[in-house]
Amino acid sequence: MNLNEEQIERYSRQIILPNFGGNGQKKLLAAKVLIVGTGGLGSPCAYYLAAAGIGRIGIIDSDKVELNNLQRQILHSTKDVGRDKVISAKEKLNALNPGVEITTHPQRLNSENALDIIKDYDIVVDGSDNFPTRYLMNDACVFLKKPLFHAGVFRYEGQIMTIIPGKGPCYRCLFPEPPPAGLVPSCQEAGILGVIPGVLGLLQANEVIKYILNMGELLVGRLLVCNLLEPGFRIVKVSLDKDCLVCSEKPKITKLIDYEQFCQMKR
Amino acid sequence: MSIKVRIPTPLQKLTANASEIEAEGRTVEELIDNLEKKFPGMKERITDDKGKVRRFVNIYVNAEDIRFKDMEKTKLNAGDEISIIPAIAGG
Repeated sequence: MNLNEEQIERYSRQIILPNFGGNGQKKLLAAKVLIVGTGGLGSPCAYYLAAAGIGRIGIIDSDKVELNNLQRQILHSTKDVGRDKVISAKEKLNALNPGVEITTHPQRLNSENALDIIKDYDIVVDGSDNFPTRYLMNDACVFLKKPLFHAGVFRYEGQIMTIIPGKGPCYRCLFPEPPPAGLVPSCQEAGILGVIPGVLGLLQANEVIKYILNMGELLVGRLLVCNLLEPGFRIVKVSLDKDCLVCSEKPKITKLIDYEQFCQMKR
Repeated sequence: MSIKVRIPTPLQKLTANASEIEAEGRTVEELIDNLEKKFPGMKERITDDKGKVRRFVNIYVNAEDIRFKDMEKTKLNAGDEISIIPAIAGG
């Protein structure tokens, strides 16, 4: 596949980058990325990946746009309140870049559908907002050996790690099991400043691009943590857990689990 | 022997919003007990009723996870920096 003139012009500022070039652009155009959640993390991540020219982007979200989403979920506009997030997201992404094929999945990821949805993509971005979906996605990506780009936020704080099954630790090597219901503050009690998932969602997009182009150093085996009220990021080491429940040689978890949903938004 | 401890956002309500505090302890276990004395409620957030660090919380001594050292018995030295890092799920 050769780049056409429109593509060469559209992507010229990145094509001229060292180590990028026309071949780098072709790799992006050939990539299939699933973004789980079009919220605070998924919005900026999807926007920049579409802008960069990822060939096919899948977006999965079962929610409708609410007014209180708009201070951080920048894919959606005021006129979209009440509409399906995936529809609103697809419109914005295609307005920005009609060359990207957007597939919408207006549903919630669960143990029944996860493997079937994920298998058609090369890469999965975790932009979800709850532990059950995060653990489900980790386990599904380990089973299918798909790279998973994880990030999470809480108030002014964020964490990000890149998971390449077979090469580095998974989310359960880092945190073996989710907290039980009631032990962590629920989403709506916690609060979030929009730029925090903005920063982390873009770091996820950056990791995805580095992975596809095979350049730079990924956050594999490393957790980047930040409190954006403070200057600077910190990185801690994450090791492969030889007793990992899901990615070790003798895993105890061999099928997907639907954990209790304890972080649902109040309606 | 004073050790610097980084407190994650979800636990900062116990430390009057301080993100970094000083504490004493020759091991992680001792440090957690001392944290509990200074900031009641801290221990049960970090460890279960058997004193084991919870499965969704990690403690790092200078960027190394104690699960890959000597767990709660991991020794501490003056000047060490401890980070308590829980799983966070928001998005």
